[in-house]
Amino acid sequence: MSAAHTQRAKLRAGRDGTVSWVEASARTRVRLLLDAGSFLEFIGPEMREVSPHLQVFDLPEQFDDGIVVGRGSLDGSPVFIAAQEGHFMGGAFGEVHGAKLTGLLRAARDIKSIPVLILFDTGGVRLQEANAGELAIAEIVRAVIEARSAGVKVIGLIGGRSGCYGGGGLIAGCSSALAVSEQGRIAVSGPEVIETNRGVEEFDSRDRALVWRTMGGKHRRLLGGADAFVDDTVQDFRDAALELLRSAGDFGIDTLKAEQFRLEERLQLFGTCPDAVDIWKAEGVPDADAIPALPADQFISLADKVRRISRDAR
Amino acid sequence: MEDLSFSHKARQRAVGTKNMAIIGVVASGNLEVLAERVLPDTECLVEIKTAAEGFGDVWDAVVADFVERTSPGGLKFSINDGGARPDTVSLRLAQAVRLMEEDDQ
Amino acid sequence: MTLDEMLASLFPDGHDVRNDHSVLLGSGPLRTGGRALVIGIADRAAVGADEAIRLSSYVLSSIENGSGPILVIVDSDSQRMSKRQELLGLNEYLAHVAKCLIYADMHGRPTIGILYGHSAAGAFLATALATRVLVGLPGADPVVMDLPSMAKVTKLSIEVLEEKAKSTAVFAPGLRNLAQTGAVHITWHEAVPLVDQLEALLGDMPDARDRRDALGKERSGRLKAADIAERVRGLALQAR
Repeated sequence: MSAAHTQRAKLRAGRDGTVSWVEASARTRVRLLLDAGSFLEFIGPEMREVSPHLQVFDLPEQFDDGIVVGRGSLDGSPVFIAAQEGHFMGGAFGEVHGAKLTGLLRAARDIKSIPVLILFDTGGVRLQEANAGELAIAEIVRAVIEARSAGVKVIGLIGGRSGCYGGGGLIAGCSSALAVSEQGRIAVSGPEVIETNRGVEEFDSRDRALVWRTMGGKHRRLLGGADAFVDDTVQDFRDAALELLRSAGDFGIDTLKAEQFRLEERLQLFGTCPDAVDIWKAEGVPDADAIPALPADQFISLADKVRRISRDAR
Repeated sequence: MEDLSFSHKARQRAVGTKNMAIIGVVASGNLEVLAERVLPDTECLVEIKTAAEGFGDVWDAVVADFVERTSPGGLKFSINDGGARPDTVSLRLAQAVRLMEEDDQ
Repeated sequence: MTLDEMLASLFPDGHDVRNDHSVLLGSGPLRTGGRALVIGIADRAAVGADEAIRLSSYVLSSIENGSGPILVIVDSDSQRMSKRQELLGLNEYLAHVAKCLIYADMHGRPTIGILYGHSAAGAFLATALATRVLVGLPGADPVVMDLPSMAKVTKLSIEVLEEKAKSTAVFAPGLRNLAQTGAVHITWHEAVPLVDQLEALLGDMPDARDRRDALGKERSGRLKAADIAERVRGLALQAR
């Protein structure tokens, strides 16, 4: 077991119950992730800043437009936090939803000393406000890079029911570091979209094992698309967030060059692998076929042995 | 979408010092309830925006029952409904009142 | 306008832009002196990891070599949709292109996107939407969500969607809606040589600050985004 893993296990042992991340609402995740009572919401539901674009489609609104943003503390240190509600419109980015995150990131850029946690739970752009959603994502991407350039760490936590798809996947790829659970998935095109466009032989969206091997948390961890794999609990995500805040590197031209090298190498090594299992085998994972069924703590130990995380890329 | 509004007299003020609470999520079969302590002690108001049209009578009954049981005087409840069943509505309203009964931190 | 016609109009004195399997790379002289780096996607090609890695490589090399603007010329499909692309982590490759472009823009190489054909979804985000200023040429057709797909999901007919689209710029495809919402800064005129319009733009470049939400508000295409973002930023600054 790695030192970090042993430490995590010790912290967990004293806790009284562990809340499932995937089952929790965005608000519950924020409340339980942060230090008790530390959360201050910006433009909360009582402000009723709903989407102006849903009524024309006869769709119900949510008072916070599906995202909770604000600040709090994590182990005593201030953090900004944004949590998407994956059950409302699939956590998709709309005009107001996106703007709340853009504003938070711009504040982080200006303040420079407070990191940002983004709790992704999104299918991508909200189609009823597609142009506004896409633009929001573009503005968020810009704001993430400006914040990181100012020295701010932006940490993504991915483990919700909607995963982290579409433009959300691009924002995640711009973050300083990512933690992902078994339930988390990260991709640009969703399984159904690939199947609709390319046929079921290319991708059978109903083959859950295929979806998880290709886009799921374990594969992302082993591929290097995520930096930490965690169990489906708020406590585990909290521990990972703290660890990533401590260890995520600075951002600059050297990071970009390291990322270029890392991504080029990945294409060379794995570009002809037909399936995730082939990639895992090529990485020297023992008993690759057993990975999907491996319990979280065993997977974490194995992943830590197989793939050291590079702090200087992403 | 349908807008509904029910105002009632309440026997007593809802206890607690919290001024605002939010519970639930807007999704198919679910709803969110925003509770605000903004009315005189013996009044309460429930405003609903719902995706499921034509159930005014059911909402009327559910709300009347809820007011009778919990007496949420002084509270305004604003609901965004994604087509929840009456028992889910009752549950969320009850959860909202319980949250309001907590002391403000 | 074809790609060749557009490049000839941008660089009447010649250029060395080459199309290598739909990835564009080259440069052209500017009237004001110096050269612009030109990268992009042609032939309405889908953008996958193999295309993205080349684009990011060109942008990265340019950051410490040279100081002219980077023109990002786009006629693409959406991101390449396949098992292999997602298996390899396409989100990271596309994000990396955007990161490199934004970093370049912040460090002495202002980026200008020129949309002359199609673009959609993830490819659009990684290229055209990752520039400081996005120019549309007449005839360009950017699409975030196409109406047939939207009709399928919403179960509304295309006619109904087109009717709704008359009173809002937020969902239907097209250059006009993307200009109104603030994505496209300027639409160039077909009748005026592009070299002149480029020179005018270079002489009047906005600073490296994302004003698309403000633009969307000015043009009444996105009325809430700028204000909500600014309110959150203000609250966050106060809450220290």
